[in-house]
Amino acid sequence: MSHKLYLYPKWIRLWHATNALMFIILIITGISMQYTDKETNYFIIRFDRAILLHNFAALIITISYILFVTGNVLTKNGKQYRIDWKKIWKELFIQFKFYSYGMFKSEPHPFPVTEERKFNPLQQFVYVLAMYIGMPLLIVSGVGLLFPEITIKGIFGISGLLLTDVLHITMGFFLSIFMIIHLYTCTLGSKPTTLFKGMITGYHEADEH
Amino acid sequence: MNFKFFRISVLILLVNFIFTSNSFAFKPRKEEWKPKDTTNFVSKFYKENENCLKCHGQKVYEYSNESQGTTIRHNMNIERVINRDIFYQSNHKSFKCTDCHSNEYSKFPHSGELRMEAIYNCIDCHGNDEKYAKFHFEEIEAEYQQSTHFKLEKDGFTCWKCHNPHTYQISIRNSENLKNTIAYDNSICLNCHSNFDKFQLLSDRDEINLIQKHEWLPNQTAHFQNVRCIECHTKTNDRILVAHMIMPKDSAVRKCNECHSQSSILMASLYKFKSKEQRKDGFFNGVMLNESYVIGANRNEYLNNFSLLIFALIIGVIGVHTFFRMIKVKSKSDES
Ligand code: HEC
Ligand code: HEC
Ligand code: HEC
Ligand code: HEC
Ligand code: HEC
Ligand code: HEC
Ligand code: HEC
Ligand code: HEM
Repeated sequence: MSHKLYLYPKWIRLWHATNALMFIILIITGISMQYTDKETNYFIIRFDRAILLHNFAALIITISYILFVTGNVLTKNGKQYRIDWKKIWKELFIQFKFYSYGMFKSEPHPFPVTEERKFNPLQQFVYVLAMYIGMPLLIVSGVGLLFPEITIKGIFGISGLLLTDVLHITMGFFLSIFMIIHLYTCTLGSKPTTLFKGMITGYHEADEH
Repeated sequence: MNFKFFRISVLILLVNFIFTSNSFAFKPRKEEWKPKDTTNFVSKFYKENENCLKCHGQKVYEYSNESQGTTIRHNMNIERVINRDIFYQSNHKSFKCTDCHSNEYSKFPHSGELRMEAIYNCIDCHGNDEKYAKFHFEEIEAEYQQSTHFKLEKDGFTCWKCHNPHTYQISIRNSENLKNTIAYDNSICLNCHSNFDKFQLLSDRDEINLIQKHEWLPNQTAHFQNVRCIECHTKTNDRILVAHMIMPKDSAVRKCNECHSQSSILMASLYKFKSKEQRKDGFFNGVMLNESYVIGANRNEYLNNFSLLIFALIIGVIGVHTFFRMIKVKSKSDES
């Protein structure tokens, strides 16, 4: 029957746990800050505490992001993120077709998980977007807001801080959406909990995904 | 903490420097002072004013004893130095010195009685004057009389203490750069509140350490560069542009959300003058957006609705997907 693949070494699991926890804190505090209420001084968390917590979580997630990038440069896990631009669009379509109806007709996985290729094309594409475009922009714009004195003063009469902030909020929003979809697609294992268990133990159950 | 202290000290120094530095730069003038070509305002009285400014225009003055034929040089106390360039840009630039000061001052040494010279107050000239109606001097006067500084009147506190007669210039009303206005307005307060020499002229209280008193405010430097002292220390008044009722410290704004929320008080104070016309675009607080970024107060309705829409779509798709998965699981178990 099923055999197990060791796909998530310790450092990835450590990074991932930190990343997920901090990201959730950032989302909650971020929303809370944005919607602070005039009468009660808080939306979810008190404004000044939300700021402190947001800054703290941002610091940790930045460090863990550096760990993630370094890890992927140093180990062969980095290869998982190398997109083959010649094939990707076609493969994306195939995977998309599978998720939209193939899987309901019990078709086999078009891209079964192997050690060489642990992500299906859709995962690969979205992870690269999130980790190598979304996260850097989010972090850089966040640093810009934390140290406004280094932020560009403005372009075409619009405040540089405003642009930085819109970038920050937009990226935060997209990554939040990513997280929701990501959480959902992680229930698409053989059982809804299989993939989550994999991220905890490191072993992927290779029969279905 | 030390780093924060350092930053705020630098800030205060800087602010002080900007507004006083010019007076240090003066050398005794041998040649006669003339208005620069670049200034478009030339006072009718500039020659006459030189009678005073030849001594009061820089840190050095001289006088001669004609019978002995000797000339003596002295330093002018910095408090008594008036910077020509700033004076001729101030609101009262068209005045001659002796419009406000006694003619007797043309004699030197000045007579001792002049030290008690009575000086007009703002309201004496501006009160009930149609031309200045938009400033609402009467309302300002009334607010000032309820402000916490008013109890210092007997010790010599007047409007002039904040509105330096030789430098005061309206700023927020026609501000092109809000940051400069904020720095200017704050320098008015810091003139006493970061300068104990001035402070103790009016009060016997110990020095108030501003940095320490505002320790509860994070990012002090950012805040002091982006809001004015009066934002927190006055009660807003819709009838005047600049609220003048400085309240006792217990009534000062302390809650973050007074500013960091959709109905920010800043819209009624700092951004008031500009806010009226600029509210139409989807940006709830258009002005604020262009001048600075205030977390919690800047919201864009379109962006908000758009993101809600995307969010709803995603949840919808996930819902449908889950539904089909459940059907499949069911049909599978039905088969077996
Ligand atoms: C020869 C130099 C000289 C000239 C000219 C001169 N002053 Fe003065 N003035 C001084 C000095 C020195 C002091 C400080 C010592 C003192 O108060 O007598 C002073 C002090 C003052 C004070 C402050 C008095 C106080 O209450 O402490 C005023 C106001 C003043 N001058 C106004 C004027 C005006 C107005 C003129 C021109 C009409 C003028 N001075 C011309 C040298 C001069
Ligand atoms: C609009 C009225 C006005 C004009 C114009 C004016 N002064 Fe004054 N001046 C004052 C007032 C009011 C004070 C007292 C300030 C205070 O109490 O803090 C003063 C104070 C002074 C002092 C004492 C130093 C101080 O700050 O207390 C000097 C010196 C002085 N003036 C010189 C001049 C000279 C020279 C001119 C012309 C270039 C001039 N003033 C023009 C209103 C004026
Ligand atoms: C001796 C009479 C007098 C006194 C005292 C006086 N002012 Fe004025 N003020 C004037 C006159 C006259 C003008 C107009 C000057 C001009 O147009 O060049 C003026 C101009 C102004 C302006 C600029 C108005 C504009 O439309 O540009 C402001 C603001 C102002 N004064 C505020 C004050 C304040 C605040 C005080 C008290 C701290 C004060 N004034 C004291 C006579 C006075
Ligand atoms: C504690 C300091 C303080 C005192 C005292 C004070 N003012 Fe002001 N005032 C300010 C500041 C700060 C501003 C804002 C200056 C700016 O940006 O134009 C201002 C602005 C003004 C303006 C211009 C408002 C506008 O609509 O453009 C007037 C007029 C004025 N003050 C009159 C007075 C009068 C009259 C008194 C005395 C009854 C007085 N002030 C006392 C601090 C003070
Ligand atoms: C964000 C709001 C805010 C701003 C901006 C602000 N303050 Fe305050 N300030 C306060 C509060 C709140 C207190 C009361 C602190 C306490 O109770 O110890 C206070 C206290 C003070 C006190 C009284 C201290 C005492 O113990 O008597 C002074 C003086 C003061 N501030 C001056 C200033 C000056 C000058 C500026 C501008 C450079 C300024 N403040 C800016 C909120 C503010
Ligand atoms: C001419 C000097 C001077 C200027 C300018 C000045 N202050 Fe003050 N201020 C004082 C003095 C002196 C006291 C102390 C009063 C006392 O003895 O209680 C004081 C007290 C205060 C207090 C404390 C009140 C309390 O309850 O303890 C606040 C708040 C304050 N000032 C705010 C401001 C602000 C805001 C500005 C600028 C708009 C300003 N001050 C400008 C001299 C000044
Ligand atoms: C008087 C209004 C006011 C109050 C009260 C206030 N803030 Fe602010 N705050 C501002 C403004 C305006 C800015 C925008 C600074 C800018 O444009 O960079 C700001 C910026 C900030 C920033 C971002 C600073 C940066 O480096 O960009 C933080 C964090 C913050 N505030 C936290 C707080 C907290 C926490 C409190 C309550 C303890 C508070 N603020 C109270 C007006 C206020
Ligand atoms: C509670 C929140 C989260 C949970 C439960 C979760 C769960 C998982 C699981 C189960 C996997 C393995 C799935 C697979 O590829 O087989 C995984 C992988 C991954 N997740 Fe998450 N995740 C969470 C949040 C996030 C967030 C916030 C991000 C990024 C912003 C993220 C980025 C990734 C990436 C990049 C991988 C691939 C890891 C690798 O290199 O092998 N996850 N996640």
